[in-house]
Amino acid sequence: MADLTLATLAAQVFTGLVLGMILVLLAIGLSLIFGLMTVVNFAHGSLYMLGAYFGFFLIAYTKSFWLALVVAPMLVGVFGLLMERFLVRPLYGRSIDDPLLLTFGLSLVLVEAVRLVWGKIGLTLDPPPALAGAVNLGFTYFPLYRLFVIGVTVVVLVALLLFLEKTNVGLIIRAGSRDPVMVRALGFDLGRVWLLVFGIGTALAGLAGILAGPMRGVYAEMGVTIVIESFVVVVVGGMGSLPGAIVAGLVIGQVVSLTTLFAPKFAEIMVFIVMALVLLVRPSGLFGEAGLME
Amino acid sequence: MRTLTGWIAVHPVLAFLVVFAVFPFLVPYKALATQVLIYGLFALGFNLLYGYTGLLSFGHAAYWGLGAYGTGIALAKLQVGSLWLALLAGPALAVVGGVVIGFLCLRRRGIYFAMLTLAFAQLLYFVGFHLADVTGGDDGLRGISVPPLVLPGVRIPLDTSLAFYYFAFALVALAVAGLKRILDSPFGAVLQAIRENSDRAVACGYDATRVKHLSFVFSALFAGLAGALDALRLNVVPIESLYWSTSGQVVIMTLLGGAGTFFGPFVGAATWLVLEDRLAVFTESWPLVVGAIFMAFVLFLPKGIWGTLLARLGP
Repeated sequence: MADLTLATLAAQVFTGLVLGMILVLLAIGLSLIFGLMTVVNFAHGSLYMLGAYFGFFLIAYTKSFWLALVVAPMLVGVFGLLMERFLVRPLYGRSIDDPLLLTFGLSLVLVEAVRLVWGKIGLTLDPPPALAGAVNLGFTYFPLYRLFVIGVTVVVLVALLLFLEKTNVGLIIRAGSRDPVMVRALGFDLGRVWLLVFGIGTALAGLAGILAGPMRGVYAEMGVTIVIESFVVVVVGGMGSLPGAIVAGLVIGQVVSLTTLFAPKFAEIMVFIVMALVLLVRPSGLFGEAGLME
Repeated sequence: MRTLTGWIAVHPVLAFLVVFAVFPFLVPYKALATQVLIYGLFALGFNLLYGYTGLLSFGHAAYWGLGAYGTGIALAKLQVGSLWLALLAGPALAVVGGVVIGFLCLRRRGIYFAMLTLAFAQLLYFVGFHLADVTGGDDGLRGISVPPLVLPGVRIPLDTSLAFYYFAFALVALAVAGLKRILDSPFGAVLQAIRENSDRAVACGYDATRVKHLSFVFSALFAGLAGALDALRLNVVPIESLYWSTSGQVVIMTLLGGAGTFFGPFVGAATWLVLEDRLAVFTESWPLVVGAIFMAFVLFLPKGIWGTLLARLGP
């Protein structure tokens, strides 16, 4: 630890910020879907993986990273729409555990299907030439692509929050997560809202996947560990709370990144220790309301 | 058929003894019979928590793994010479895990519970992975030799698959009888009351969290015993014992067989193992088929094989 300089520390904080952004994208999708439909989407990690694979092949065929960055999440979103319509919808009104069980089965199927179709060997996704290289931040050099990931995530989050807060559809979504019966009584078709939110949430997972691809590699099991970390983010932030997902995602990103610097063996373990501490001190999570969705 | 299912419903322990006494001679090879027993016991423990108490754990690999490592470390690292002592170590460790993790997970209800159990099981997986000096890490814990079974007056080596089967059979039978006793007790009735309506059980004066915690610990005990037996069966504890896929496996087995039914777990374990055995010959992608079958069960046959049979024929 003798060679620890402020520059290494700063670089590691930035790395944690990037991981935090990916976790926020995943956790917000999970949280949106859960908040409105009380469905925990276990296949969220597989959709993240699909986003990266779709991205890889779109880049290979179209030679355009930018096109892939837009189209891959949309494809994953369409997959999400089909998933809601044909797999999750028949389970509304049944036990809260059933959608979780079903999407767990789906996650097994997707991982195996990807292995079968595209092979077991991981793929390398290169960042576009425009984003290659590193920039001088004054105190340290940092890969340009990672800065780009931070920028894209911030833009998407701001757009999402504006959509939820300022538009009529956003108003219905927020009302629907508070009191679905009342929203229905007012004459709104919640089924379509559910479909839309499922599409948005899964598209965010796809976006996280293609963004993470160039940093973390593309392979069939890439979603497994990170989806469990996103569950932790959702639990720490408070289920159904968007500010909670953002704050907790950034905190967990820093926890992983800084533990990696000081005690690499504990990096994966610290996440769960933080979760256990939050549960002991504040069982409903940082931003969660006690008793909500139980 | 109706009288048969009725008889099984009234005398489940006897039915277990009858079927599993001859089971090794009904399946293609004896190793499969032992696996069905052990995984059936694992699923039995999971079913106590999910099927009878209504708590979906996605982290039962933790107790299976603690049981396996507890017994495995006692034999391979601590050189414990007594089979009984080694067999005690694993389930005891699983119970400790169940007490601590159960306490933490039961701070949240509903859907959080599943995610928390999963997270804590992953925590144990990473601990096991990095504590390579004790657990063997990624390579698994090797060098477990099974001491002979010592009973008053006799000493039976467990080195043939049939001898080991009947040893496991005796222990699993005890566990089955124990589960029957738990379910028939007032405590068992409260468990099922909590599953049906937790708030009402609380209104009746029961401390629901304590009852759930106790059910969690019993469930961990059964899963731990199953893990311990599996360590003896394999002579090695793979690191995957603690991995989330093991938790998923027991969820699938129990639901295929029928959650909340007494024999569902054994039916499900047998179904999974036979499917794996048959499918693996044709394709490496057999988990794809199992996953698809599982999805179909959740959608169309939520009572599982045994549960549907019981509902059709009626006890």
